[in-house]
Amino acid sequence: MSYFQIAWQWLTSAQQWHGSDGIPVRLVQHLQYTGIALGIALVIALPAGLAMGHLRRGGFVVVTVANFGRALPTLGLLVLIFVLTSGSPASWLVPLVVLAIPPILVNTYEGVLGVDPDLTDAARGMGMTEWQVLRKVEIPVATPLILLGLRISAIQVVATATIAAYIGLGGLGRYIIDGLARDEYNVVAGGAAVIVLLALAIQALFTLLRWLIVPVGLRRQTQTS
Amino acid sequence: MSWAWENRALLGHYLVQHLYLALLPVLFGVIVAIPVGVMCVRYRWTWPPVLSLTSIFYAMPSLALYLVLIDYTGLTDWTVIIPLTLFSLSVLIPGVVGGLRSVPPPVRQAADAMGFGSLRRVIQVELPLAVPVIIAGLRVATVSSISLVSVGQLIGIGGLGYFFIDGEQRDFPTEIYTAFILIIVLALLADSILVLLRRWLTPWEAGRTVRPGSRILTATSRGSSAGGAP
Repeated sequence: MSYFQIAWQWLTSAQQWHGSDGIPVRLVQHLQYTGIALGIALVIALPAGLAMGHLRRGGFVVVTVANFGRALPTLGLLVLIFVLTSGSPASWLVPLVVLAIPPILVNTYEGVLGVDPDLTDAARGMGMTEWQVLRKVEIPVATPLILLGLRISAIQVVATATIAAYIGLGGLGRYIIDGLARDEYNVVAGGAAVIVLLALAIQALFTLLRWLIVPVGLRRQTQTS
Repeated sequence: MSWAWENRALLGHYLVQHLYLALLPVLFGVIVAIPVGVMCVRYRWTWPPVLSLTSIFYAMPSLALYLVLIDYTGLTDWTVIIPLTLFSLSVLIPGVVGGLRSVPPPVRQAADAMGFGSLRRVIQVELPLAVPVIIAGLRVATVSSISLVSVGQLIGIGGLGYFFIDGEQRDFPTEIYTAFILIIVLALLADSILVLLRRWLTPWEAGRTVRPGSRILTATSRGSSAGGAP
């Protein structure tokens, strides 16, 4: 049987859809972890990115965070914090947040920094306060990039939460880690399929969000980016 | 440190495997991305579908892809190399396209006027001018690839990731952070080498200051923290 048949068979068997380790429960858990980690990262990275972009300062910090964020090995960060905290139940949260911060920070910063100075000068000339410039000009114009950062983070966190099943986290990764441990390839195959579908759903969700949130006048310009 | 010294042979072995698993996909990525990028710029209608495809590759969690591939490749290096190649493509193709598009039209027109054929114009004029942006993408792809390889250890093929799983099972942090630091150092080292490569390939850029938020930096951060989900 090919991968797709194995995965399909597993996905469509009724037992996968009930009980405490059924797909609906696991999916909700997975979305909860993702939501919590993204929420915390957003609270930290968004104001920081906006402030640094608006003040046109801290470019070096942002570039450094971006480089480190990319270089960090996910699995290593997870097991390292897990072992160092002697397996504390919240040890998954730190790595997830740490990995979610750089894309939001960098793209918010770049988004605000990239706003045409003519626009902000005009806004100031019209008598806007700095706060109004940020809120009414810079944030709307930077929205496509901010959303891009958020999407990259969301995808990253969904994938990392899967790997965190290795250190005992629930969610969809359980199928993969348990399936591998018990040598049940059909469970592994099915679990991988659900995760791929979730990743695609998130991509689609952000495409929709962008269509809903990005100001009409900006859409054409940013399509090419 | 004494642990690292005593186990230098083992570390060396996995270090070599790590570099091989991480860099081969980037090499394949470059080989594919340049012609595909040139195609996307020349035949504009091919760009939207290629872009959608790269953003789908980009969103795929690597672990899930490894597991899907096991069925076709068995447990071999290819199980890890193929998904990582797709990730590097998802960064490199937009990089090449962005780079080629950053070439100012007057330069292209001048080349035409000098009698360059379109292929020669691409190779001798446009690609060299696109190098800074292409290398920005290459840096993202390389660094991400080096950090992503270790995830493969969950299926037993992960270079230095070996020490993550082994260290976790033996509850031995030294082993974990030695490999952790080694991977970050490798990534930053590869990054610096690419910066040097860019300087060497584009001597005319020397002394030109790059304003933050200018094209080069933006291209880096676009795919930023990108290069594939872990």
